[in-house]
Amino acid sequence: MRSSRTRSVATATALAASLALVLTACGGGSGSGSDATGDSTQAAGGDASTDAGAGSGEQIKLTVATFNDFGYTDELFDQYEADHPGVTVEQVKAAKSEDARTNMTTKLGAGGTGLADIEAIEVDWLPELMQYPDLFVDLSDPALADRWVQWKVDQATTTDGKLIGYGTDIGPEAICYRQDLFEAAGLPSTPDEVATLLGGDDATWDTYFEVGKQFVAASDSAWYDSASATYQGMVNQLTNAYEESDGTPKDLATNQPIIDLWTQVTQASADGLSAGLEQWSADWDAAFQKDGFATMLCPAWMTGPIEERAGGVTGWNVADVFPGGGGNWGGSFLTVPASGANTEAAKELAAWLTSPEVQTQAFTSAGTFPSQIEAQSSTAVQEFTNPFFNDAPVGAIFSARAQAIKGAPFKGPNYFSIHTAVQDGLKRVDVEKTDDADSSWAKSVQAFKDLGLS
Amino acid sequence: MTDPAPPRTPRRVAFSQKLSRWDVKVSPYLFISPFFLLFALTGLFPLLYTAVVSVHEWNLLGGQGDFVGLQNYVDVLGQATFWKSLRNTFSIFLLSSVPQVVAAIVLAALLDQNLRSATFWRMGVLLPYVVAPVAVSMIFGRLFADQYGLVNSLLTGIGLDPIAWHASPLASHVAIATMVNFRWTGYNALIFLAAMQAVPRELYEAAIIDGAGRIRQFFSVTVPQIRATVIFVVITSTIGGLQIFDEPRMFDAQGLGGADRQWMTTVLYLYDVAWGNQKNFGRAAAIAWLLFLLILLIGLVNFALTRRIADDGGRGRSARRRALRRRGVVPVPDGEPRPTRPSAVASAALPPARTAGASDTDPDAGPATSDPERSAS
Repeated sequence: MRSSRTRSVATATALAASLALVLTACGGGSGSGSDATGDSTQAAGGDASTDAGAGSGEQIKLTVATFNDFGYTDELFDQYEADHPGVTVEQVKAAKSEDARTNMTTKLGAGGTGLADIEAIEVDWLPELMQYPDLFVDLSDPALADRWVQWKVDQATTTDGKLIGYGTDIGPEAICYRQDLFEAAGLPSTPDEVATLLGGDDATWDTYFEVGKQFVAASDSAWYDSASATYQGMVNQLTNAYEESDGTPKDLATNQPIIDLWTQVTQASADGLSAGLEQWSADWDAAFQKDGFATMLCPAWMTGPIEERAGGVTGWNVADVFPGGGGNWGGSFLTVPASGANTEAAKELAAWLTSPEVQTQAFTSAGTFPSQIEAQSSTAVQEFTNPFFNDAPVGAIFSARAQAIKGAPFKGPNYFSIHTAVQDGLKRVDVEKTDDADSSWAKSVQAFKDLGLS
Repeated sequence: MTDPAPPRTPRRVAFSQKLSRWDVKVSPYLFISPFFLLFALTGLFPLLYTAVVSVHEWNLLGGQGDFVGLQNYVDVLGQATFWKSLRNTFSIFLLSSVPQVVAAIVLAALLDQNLRSATFWRMGVLLPYVVAPVAVSMIFGRLFADQYGLVNSLLTGIGLDPIAWHASPLASHVAIATMVNFRWTGYNALIFLAAMQAVPRELYEAAIIDGAGRIRQFFSVTVPQIRATVIFVVITSTIGGLQIFDEPRMFDAQGLGGADRQWMTTVLYLYDVAWGNQKNFGRAAAIAWLLFLLILLIGLVNFALTRRIADDGGRGRSARRRALRRRGVVPVPDGEPRPTRPSAVASAALPPARTAGASDTDPDAGPATSDPERSAS
């Protein structure tokens, strides 16, 4: 009797456990539960604004969808609401730009339902979005024409002159380096000395790699983190890397400028300059703590991720120099989807959010370097220093680096398909080490052919 | 006045009878309808809509294009990456499902013993399941990192070469399968445990009386008794295994299955075609349908195979018994004093009804039931 009761209790426990299991399985089975919740929140926000707008025409609610950290604080929105009675603003933040991108493209594909009134985008999404400019409100406004550096405006302008996004931040590139490792290797190590060492205003990639060879000869660390990242910095300086300006793809097999970069970068890997890491991977994260490399190409926004990973490492500094002239990596825009209910009000808010004053505040709170000329020269930006990088005057340095940027490279609809083919090739040589430079190039050329572009 | 009364009463009865007949006929369907309505909305409709998308040119942003018939399917089947993704999917599936089911059964058998604080252990094996797959991927990503990973540090620590987890296809599959196993083994073990608890204890008692040890009990009583659950688990883990996405997606920073697509699974390929550089919904829908048909096919094969193996298990056992008899371990009918015990194990292994059923269909089992050895018991 007793034993049978024990058994039935045990059975009940097991049943309860398995029931709980089944329920959990149903609940979390999709694996994207959190995403779905985020979507529905956002969708609810979008709907609310539609209702309010249609209801009275007085009370409207605007949603702003951003990702990572744009530096838009609640206080900023409170200020806007105070200046614009009847307008409430709500920000929806995605943790990663990838999430925001999937969310936005899916909703655009579904006719715009559930999109926020203002959608933030990264510069890399532009090539595909520019193919469908009608999905966005034309934001061009003569009064704002001189607000941004010209190439930033050009990036978001279609061939027939439509502006689909207001620029927020840009990513002018400098060189971040480990002062302590430079010293240990017997190289000049203060920021000014390093800038001179790498060639100052006339810095070239050749000098960068040459100094790298000296460094690795005297140190256990590699010169830079990743061949792909370095290649990225180099290819961003070519005006027409993979495509002609009318969008025609160049044949990769005979694309001499790209072949030259390839040779240079893979040779550097063979010389041991590269730590052979893939950016954002677990190994890359760990390498910051293990003195894995001494320098890296450093867009303004990269200072944040470095600090995140290199906590406790004291030697980081920023040199006001970049090989091959200036370079830009990344940067974002605010767009107004055409399907929104209050596009006029949204356009006004987007213009305000990208004003020099607001972007200066965003820079001090989130480190996003402003694309607005006036903001770049403001004292708040110019005098900004970063304690983690040994109080480097990053505001002044990145302003100087931004001046050196000549223009933006052309990125057509096929840019990223071709770029991925080349990046995969570099990864094979540099990270996975499954191929040598020649056989990997052959695979990349084959991958390009498989795209069926020419 | 009196005339209408008699028919009215029956009519009223008839109406309520009709109602109750309706109640009996319709209510059950009403009660189960929420599931089917939900399924139609969230399962069937997307399935059919995907079929519509797959025969059109369809860009994620541009929307519906021209009708192209089966061209998307032809294109997908012509892509080397698709076939590579199938290879990877199957490799990861086999490396995960097979050890997983075996380990889960063993684990369940251990949990089925009289352990102290049984609930603690039972909930313990469930713990990995509660952890979000992405978190699991990030933790294992650090364990299996090529340069600074824990696993490679241990390997080099004992003088072995580090393994290129993110370069060689097999190594990457093993790493990903490890994550999948970590997550699902405990879950399956609990399902098996529930099934094991339902095995009548009399069978074990009989087996013990017959002198069967723990191992013999496990193979001759437990495993045959939970056969239906094994089939269930194999089929669900097949479906899950062929749809692996989170783990390979998170295995490196790029999320496309490596530079040579060493660990790109079919669902990952689908994702890349739809949301990556191509934004080609038409082709992605074609991949989804091909995958659906494939899972259906494998599910059927699996089902047939598992049934077959289950039946073979019976046959294998009687063959084993015959072999034992030949070696003289199991006594022959006219045999010596120690005759009856092992044969009781054999009869305990098959539930009575199952034995009868098997003897109808299985030519081997037929003679077995009329085996003099068995009648001796």
